[in-house]
Amino acid sequence: MKFNFSSIYLFLSLIAVSLIFTSCNDNDVVIDPTTTGRIRIEFDNIVGDRDLTLNTANYKNAAGQNFTVSKLNYYISNIKLLMANGSSFTVPQDSSYFLIRESIAASQEVTINNVPAGEYTGVQFIIGIDSLRSASDVSKRKGILDELSGPTNAEGMYWNWNPGYIFLMLEGTSDSASSPNGKIYYHIGGFGGRTEKTLNNIRTAKVDFGGKKAIVTSTLSPEVHLMADVLKIFSGSTQVSFSKNPNVMFQDYSSFIANNYVNMFTLDHIHAD
Amino acid sequence: MQIKFNQHLLTMKKITLLFTVICLFQILISCKSESETETPVIPEKTTPTPLSWKKPAYFPDPVYDLSKNPLTEEGVELGRFLFYDGILSRTNKIGCGTCHQQQSAFTHHGHDLSHGVDDLLGFRNSPAVQNMAWNTSFFWDGGVHDMDIVPPVPIQNEVEMGEKVGNVIEKLRKTPVAGDAKQVNYPKMFKAAFGTDEINSERMMKALSQFMMTLVSVNSRYDYYKLGDASALTVQEKEGMALFKQNCATCHAGELFTDNSFRNNGLIPNKINDQGRYGITLNEMDRLKFKVPSLRNVGLTAPYMHDGRFYTLQEVLDHYANDKNSSSIDTMHNSPTLDPVLKIAGQKKGIKLSASEKQSIIAFLKTLNDEQFITDKRFSDPGVGTSL
Repeated sequence: MKFNFSSIYLFLSLIAVSLIFTSCNDNDVVIDPTTTGRIRIEFDNIVGDRDLTLNTANYKNAAGQNFTVSKLNYYISNIKLLMANGSSFTVPQDSSYFLIRESIAASQEVTINNVPAGEYTGVQFIIGIDSLRSASDVSKRKGILDELSGPTNAEGMYWNWNPGYIFLMLEGTSDSASSPNGKIYYHIGGFGGRTEKTLNNIRTAKVDFGGKKAIVTSTLSPEVHLMADVLKIFSGSTQVSFSKNPNVMFQDYSSFIANNYVNMFTLDHIHAD
Repeated sequence: MQIKFNQHLLTMKKITLLFTVICLFQILISCKSESETETPVIPEKTTPTPLSWKKPAYFPDPVYDLSKNPLTEEGVELGRFLFYDGILSRTNKIGCGTCHQQQSAFTHHGHDLSHGVDDLLGFRNSPAVQNMAWNTSFFWDGGVHDMDIVPPVPIQNEVEMGEKVGNVIEKLRKTPVAGDAKQVNYPKMFKAAFGTDEINSERMMKALSQFMMTLVSVNSRYDYYKLGDASALTVQEKEGMALFKQNCATCHAGELFTDNSFRNNGLIPNKINDQGRYGITLNEMDRLKFKVPSLRNVGLTAPYMHDGRFYTLQEVLDHYANDKNSSSIDTMHNSPTLDPVLKIAGQKKGIKLSASEKQSIIAFLKTLNDEQFITDKRFSDPGVGTSL
């Protein structure tokens, strides 16, 4: 399977390269911008160079402290597909909220329909929920955003006592954790405040496809395979220590973690169709 | 005023009765017009009966928007059942009424902190559920601004009711449970309240809000005095009232006896080190600030303060006067956010009060007890609750 895929990929790459050389003369891939297609974005959670396995696998953070992960959830919203010429397609907001859960494989694949045909060279999205939606009436927060039913309720992705979504939740254990139960909890949220200005951990990630393209036509439905590296939650501008900060929830320090994880997403590859 | 309030309810009942009679009459008429061979079917009543809610004349306008959730008799009754039913908790044993008991003006009598599921201990004193219609924010830290989203906080708090609202909804849908001691049919009650038997979180919260809207305390002796009965208060109580207005009403303002603000009243932080409002805003200026509570029924809601550290009003007054046991030692916690009214330049911190002045204020505070409120059957456990 892997081999086959690589072959197809190589083959497609060759075609693509040949297209570049021939495109000045004739345009073989016909992109009719009046038509639409579909794109998929896969969020593949990894830890460094290893796949993320809940509970059983042991990992090490940059400080050399070991840890396991029992839960990893995060919201992706306000997705925007970017083009090389600076134009973009903003996914209609009502269809642009997703809760990625490591425990549910299906949740890791995000499907966007009715995408204008075109060559997309990057994607950007909010990790979490925008402030306007966060502060809006419950009637505007149904489905995956319903804090009182479904996955958001079951996973506890909402602070009822200080109303707002938990944008990213990671829980696990570490021998280095200074908490009495040896657990690590990172519940990162904060949309800026309802009545007065406070913690704002809304972060926008931008992933450039690095010259690769996701070509959407009425017949081509590419899949963009992104990697989300858990290690980057704990490293980057701030190195997070499980002994110093084993539990980070609604507190100022959480911004450092949000500043870290904004850089956790990279492109792995694109399936043309 | 309250008499009028009750008269109004009485009138409502009469209107309701009249309305029902008319409806039945119309049903009879309509049955006649149909084929004589068909068995007349009286349709199940699907429209709930509106319940009028009127604010006491000298209270401000309510904060809660009733147009979003008009009260009905069936909605309030459903809310009452939900309020008391332990089904809202993970163990099915802890209801709202467990820590909010009517005889203590819906607080947890005798508990500085409350114990929820599996006897887990909370970290703040259970506040009174009364006159909720006028609250601009809820809980000691004011984190919540809408009554409809108050119930999920204790329900989902791991040491209070420890349950997910999603699970509560599932459990309610499955009622009545065969063999259960309490045979409550929630699908039927939701249908009576909302027209269909669909049970969802929005309806559940609305029903609870409807019930809480009816928990209005306005029949204390103070209220009778307010309404013109000069004999309702004794001389000492009247003196206490004057002292109260002079010394306490900056914060405990108006007829609800709160200005709804958050203030640091100089309590020495205990081991819990609760930072209060700061936990919501992360603003340094909010450290150690807690919501100014209403003082209605304060004689019934001991213990006092956000952590229930004071068991008597005497202790409370001693704290504010900063002269515990007539001591000259300053026991008021000094910090940058200590309320300015307790920190007047050139004076010892606190509010200067003599022993007899304190007694008068305490006497006045007790006139805010509302016996009618704490015995009103309309607010009582319909037989589904548990008290621990």
